[in-house]
Amino acid sequence: MSTDDRDSTESTESTDATDSDDSTDTTGGTETTNATATTDRIETSKRTDNTDSTGVRRTVEYVGIVLVASLAVVMLAFVFLYWLRSYPVAGTAYTQFMLAAEYLDLLAGTNVFRHPFMWQSMATGVLIGIVAPMVGTFLVHREMALIGETLAHTAFAGVAVGFLFSATTDWGISLLLWALVVGVLGALAVQWLAERTNTYGDVPIAIMLTGSFAVGTLIISYGRGFTGINIESFLFGNLSIVTVEGARLMAVLSVAVVGLVALTYKQLLFITFDEQAARVARLNVTWYNTLLIVMTAVVVVGSMQVLGVILVAAMLVVPVAAASQVANSFRETLYLSVLFGQIAVIGGFVLSISMSLPAGGSIVVTAIGIYLLAIAASSRSMAALSTH
Amino acid sequence: MSSSSIVTLENVSFAYGDQPAVQNVSLTVDEGDFLGLIGPNGSGKTTLLHLMLGLHSPDSGSIELFGQPVDEFDHGEWIGYVSQQSTQKSSTMPVTVREVVTMGRFAHASHSRLTDTDHEAVADALETVGITELADRRVNQLSGGQRQRAYIARALASEAKLLALDEPTVGVDAESRDAFYRLLDSLNAEGITIILIEHDIGVVTDRANRIACINKELYHHGDTESFVESDALEEAYGSSGRVVHHHH
Repeated sequence: MSTDDRDSTESTESTDATDSDDSTDTTGGTETTNATATTDRIETSKRTDNTDSTGVRRTVEYVGIVLVASLAVVMLAFVFLYWLRSYPVAGTAYTQFMLAAEYLDLLAGTNVFRHPFMWQSMATGVLIGIVAPMVGTFLVHREMALIGETLAHTAFAGVAVGFLFSATTDWGISLLLWALVVGVLGALAVQWLAERTNTYGDVPIAIMLTGSFAVGTLIISYGRGFTGINIESFLFGNLSIVTVEGARLMAVLSVAVVGLVALTYKQLLFITFDEQAARVARLNVTWYNTLLIVMTAVVVVGSMQVLGVILVAAMLVVPVAAASQVANSFRETLYLSVLFGQIAVIGGFVLSISMSLPAGGSIVVTAIGIYLLAIAASSRSMAALSTH
Repeated sequence: MSSSSIVTLENVSFAYGDQPAVQNVSLTVDEGDFLGLIGPNGSGKTTLLHLMLGLHSPDSGSIELFGQPVDEFDHGEWIGYVSQQSTQKSSTMPVTVREVVTMGRFAHASHSRLTDTDHEAVADALETVGITELADRRVNQLSGGQRQRAYIARALASEAKLLALDEPTVGVDAESRDAFYRLLDSLNAEGITIILIEHDIGVVTDRANRIACINKELYHHGDTESFVESDALEEAYGSSGRVVHHHH
């Protein structure tokens, strides 16, 4: 059969390509070089059926995911221990945790880890680096890349409402909670509009995006008389506006989002790939679409603190775009998106802290750097293929 | 109707706004049928198929799937559906053949983990359509014919009793297309009911044992021989379109 012939020819060709590529592979000590090495490896195995290199690639990804998960556990442990530190057992554990943190500072010669507020920011960042690309993987492949930006603007309107509310009443409701409520309502509104316009066209998205931002600016301008509003930190993001409350919200929401994605992965994948067939298979497509868009709103509100309204969509989209360049399967796209997202967050934090730059911009620029590397890696593999 | 009828439509009408797409169609698809659904472009073939599968609700008339009213039907795993839409998506999304075929098990597994039985069903389906060695490839690296086999494998993994195919061989070369239709024949011989929308009438009359010819209304519904002898084709296509008529 002709298919078989074609197949065996391709495997021979790609084995050659692998050999020549392996010799150029370098391994570095820093995070970024490691990422390059990883992408190289990923590219190498992309066009080969060689089980050895697939095995190496799987192992590298597996180790990466385990590292990210461990990091997330440490961060969650901090947030929850700090939360419960007035209780006996948690209090002791918290003291031990901070002792270890001081030791870490001593080892690294830094003045970062001994400060609880730094841990709040780091925890929020690490969790953003996991949940944003995770939800983004489904959004990007549903061609809903800009939904995050829209919901960020909706959440901005929520922040504005919260500002006005706290300025004019005595109720101290968190701004993030306002953002969350208005963001989720915005998400449901987009879903409603999209269903009535028959597709996820970008018209309802553009209307929601600009409309909610317009409402936000009106409210802020009206409320400026009541209180000194520092709206810039919400627009551009700021490590120092990550409040204790914000970190706790992010921790709880992240656990919920990861749990929900794990539980509904199969359904979300089926709907992302083939919505009509999923409907025919009697999946409750409307329900899962709503779940996805509400999870997006939740992630956006959590991420807004560090990334800012304007940049929040980047973490939903850029790591996924990078991963989709080099991944073979959807599951691998999901894992690589989270890995790339995490590298972007950590790299961005290092850049931001060491050079006193805004965290949001640093993270996004790092993410785009990874994206460009992924493109370079995948086009290099194309070139290698076409020369054979 | 008898228990062996898979799809039953009675006086079904459907319109997009005030634009009628399907008018007063009654037909039955029995177990083991290979029904060719033909008609000119814009004749409502896809809409009729969507109505049968419950993707649209009829404005009037009644539809039963496997003896149940279509809006109450809940055995999604009994139907394997390959739409024109699914073929488009697979060209960009990073997803392997195995992942696509495994989707056929999702209606069975719901929120639980996939079991060994699920993985065996996937392996068997890949084997049946002859794409086992392509299982770990990205779907967009496959040829059109291989891709269609992957979709059929998804339906087989789901243990579908009904295959609904909407112009599955658009953009597939002639040789792979013949192989694809031979595969459909053998599946039909094993008892799987098939509803096929196909613009090439030659293919349909060669393969299908029943023909439904529509242009909003039903012009013919019956066995293939009586269709070939009738004037239904000319009546349905009338002045509205050109008849695609190849013979292989």
